[in-house]
Amino acid sequence: MVLPGSILAQVDQPLIRWPWIGDHLALIGAALLQHLMLTFIAVGIGFALSMVMAVIAIRFHVSYAPINAVTGVMYAIPSLALFILLTPITGLTTLTAEIALISYTLQILFRSIVAGIDGVPAPVVESARGMGFTPSKRFLRIELPLALPVIISGLRIATVTTVGLVPIAGLLGRDQGGLGQLIFDGLNRFFNTPLLLGAVLTVALAVTLDLTLVGLQRVLTPWTRRGAAAA
Amino acid sequence: MSFLHDLFVWFNDPLNWQGENGIVHRLIEHLVLVGSAMAISLVIAVPLGVLLGRSRRKGSIAVNVANIGRAIPSFAVIALGVIWLGIGFRPALIAMVLLAVPPIFTLTFTAIREVDSATIDSARGMGMTEATLLRRVQLPIARPLMLNGIRLSSAAVIATATLAALVGWGGLGRFIIDGFSTRDFVEVFAGVVLVAALVLISEATFALLARLTVSPGLTDRGPSRRERRLRRSGVEGAAAA
Repeated sequence: MVLPGSILAQVDQPLIRWPWIGDHLALIGAALLQHLMLTFIAVGIGFALSMVMAVIAIRFHVSYAPINAVTGVMYAIPSLALFILLTPITGLTTLTAEIALISYTLQILFRSIVAGIDGVPAPVVESARGMGFTPSKRFLRIELPLALPVIISGLRIATVTTVGLVPIAGLLGRDQGGLGQLIFDGLNRFFNTPLLLGAVLTVALAVTLDLTLVGLQRVLTPWTRRGAAAA
Repeated sequence: MSFLHDLFVWFNDPLNWQGENGIVHRLIEHLVLVGSAMAISLVIAVPLGVLLGRSRRKGSIAVNVANIGRAIPSFAVIALGVIWLGIGFRPALIAMVLLAVPPIFTLTFTAIREVDSATIDSARGMGMTEATLLRRVQLPIARPLMLNGIRLSSAAVIATATLAALVGWGGLGRFIIDGFSTRDFVEVFAGVVLVAALVLISEATFALLARLTVSPGLTDRGPSRRERRLRRSGVEGAAAA
């Protein structure tokens, strides 16, 4: 991990050694898969926790400020430190990485869910009540679908942020951090090929997942598109 | 409690303040990186935001820039930078600039764009030149939002600049990384405390700056004490003046 300060750019090697990639396809695939798993689990659990907190904050308004403050503090801890500070408790494990990643999604997801549901027009909620919807049915059938565009935009930020943070978990060990394995391997050995591959694939993964969520939103909320076309 | 005690002992040890590994030196390194990144970002993002905000083009540019900006993983950028620039200050600087530009640009763009067109029309009607209009009307009205963008960037850069320690630049991230390699978690936590303190100082500075520079006419602080006193004594004209 400790890098000698005097070594400069890796000038005397090609940008990419293609044979290395061919020889390490299994490793690269495993790193990519781990990156995806870490991201999905973090965003998934983060989303579930945020949903619970958002429901509590909407039901009991006094709880909004404290929840917002606690998740805000978690979000403000430098990512580098969060992965490390947990190691005395949970060790150099995937669990450590996962807890840190989840704690980064909470602030973004909590706020976007609350903002989305708060933004549902009151007359719509009133008409649902007048039509005899029970509170839980109203939440699931009316408020949640109408809040989807805002919630999904929060999901996009959370996902993209998580994809960018996963590589830093590579600090925790050689087999941690998804594509970060390749980046740290490259940094430690001053070897461009894995370094470049890890960084480029991370960016590509972030963009791909972002576009996927945009597509998901178009499919799930067709009315927003029709509205935009009419306007 | 013993952990807090250890932390106190760490900060109280003069050896932790001196020399190349000391707090003072690491703090200066951190501030050099944050300061250079913020200066470059301001030079790039503010004029661009003002220019595009004033032109009557579609507003989607800012949204797209903000989205692209969010999608850039800082650590991946630093890693890419190492390939071409070697380890040290420069790859970290590039990543920090890429991190800082989007919020400053988007909020400057939005702030200038959102200035009420009736206000601009009346300023033009009063005979203001474009330069005066920008200096006396658009920039003062846009200032609170612009400052908010710079504040957000500053906090993000201060926290993320710790990553520079992974590629051979110093800064406060050094305490986090070095503490981790020697399993000295007091040192790691001391690093976190220093970074958090720096973020809080930055937030307080921008809050103060906003209070001092934002025109009173734009705040909801209401009439000043002098105005209230004048109004109470019935001197309406003086208050209006």
